[in-house]
Amino acid sequence: MYDVIIIGSGPAGLTSAIYTTRASLKTLVVAGGKWGGQLMLTTLVENYPGFPEGIQGPDLMLAMRKQAERFGAEFIDENFEESDFTKLPFRITAAGKTFEGKSVIIATGADTRWLDVPGEKEKIGRGVSSCAPCDAFFFKNKKTIVIGGGDSAMEEAIVLANFAESVTVVHRSEALRASQIMQDKARKNPKIKFIFNTEVKKILGDDHVTGVELLNNKTNETSKIDIDGVFVAIGHIPNTKIFKGIELDKKGYVRVHDHTRTNIEGVFVAGDVHDSHYRQAVTAAGFGCAAALEAERWLRDQE
Amino acid sequence: MADTTFTDQNFEQDVLKNNLPVLVDFWAPWCAPCRIVSPIVEELAKEYEGKLKVGKLNVDENPENASKYGVMSIPSLIIFKNGHPIKTVIGAQGKENFKKAIDEALSA
Repeated sequence: MYDVIIIGSGPAGLTSAIYTTRASLKTLVVAGGKWGGQLMLTTLVENYPGFPEGIQGPDLMLAMRKQAERFGAEFIDENFEESDFTKLPFRITAAGKTFEGKSVIIATGADTRWLDVPGEKEKIGRGVSSCAPCDAFFFKNKKTIVIGGGDSAMEEAIVLANFAESVTVVHRSEALRASQIMQDKARKNPKIKFIFNTEVKKILGDDHVTGVELLNNKTNETSKIDIDGVFVAIGHIPNTKIFKGIELDKKGYVRVHDHTRTNIEGVFVAGDVHDSHYRQAVTAAGFGCAAALEAERWLRDQE
Repeated sequence: MADTTFTDQNFEQDVLKNNLPVLVDFWAPWCAPCRIVSPIVEELAKEYEGKLKVGKLNVDENPENASKYGVMSIPSLIIFKNGHPIKTVIGAQGKENFKKAIDEALSA
């Protein structure tokens, strides 16, 4: 029996684990098959306080995990499967095993939002990607596009430009959403071009990507271009649909009551799974800390 | 042996002509998700000893076979049997998922 079961292992989950273990609560982290969250798919993180020269996202996550392990957090590197929040102790299933906890912190974050167009799903890993730092290497001297107009689209484009012959950022509206500093970086790069008011309608190719079909949403003209890689950076969707009985808001994020509580007493929430507003590593870590403190207080009140 | 290394030089002999089915972990030092998968692959090597040969191929140093088998994202784990790729698992995931894929491939 655990005092706290934390589902998720990004900055929110791992910060929760550091706080609960330091409060001497027996803690299990259901970390997922690919633990570490979104920062595992990044390169240099320059806005996490304490690292004046920046830190590689995966290194930051490894450091957080070591810190939680040092205070005794247990980890299971398997995907969460099922929860039963109808009675105490709560039950959490992962890789066919069921774990019991007196309290739960949901910190499952958010995953890549895919385009959801024909030809996409079956070509993920075969020319369709959401992680330029992971896959850019395979696009040496190839033609690529990045879909999106925010900071992460700019980062994908900049990373890709180190390898690819060309990078075209395709954005559906007429102006980028990215911060000025990221826009400037991308625009300065001679390999990166931009197409605005344009959407991807179809990804072409049999066993790998050979091109895309585009639609100009101003003129309604369609066109086809030959490319080898499609990098999708249009945002994220919260990982919430698997929690039975947990109340969500209209956008599908976990609804927060009174700081970090969910609608079920003893089940707390932290990070991008409830926060559609800030979505930063440092705010997720902050929410993780808050949820851990609330869980600790709630457990103490139960005694 | 957990630390078998495949290369473009030994691929034909050690993978394609191996009497056992072979699992090849396509990886690179710069790939963070590969670092998650690496220790799992080492455990799998021990657990399936005698039934499945398990080893790693660094795509930076051995681009020929990575490209030949269409690897465009790593980690990619490909299982070869009698010289042919019979199963591909792309991306980091839990050990149980990998075991399921291996068991399916071995019983096929």
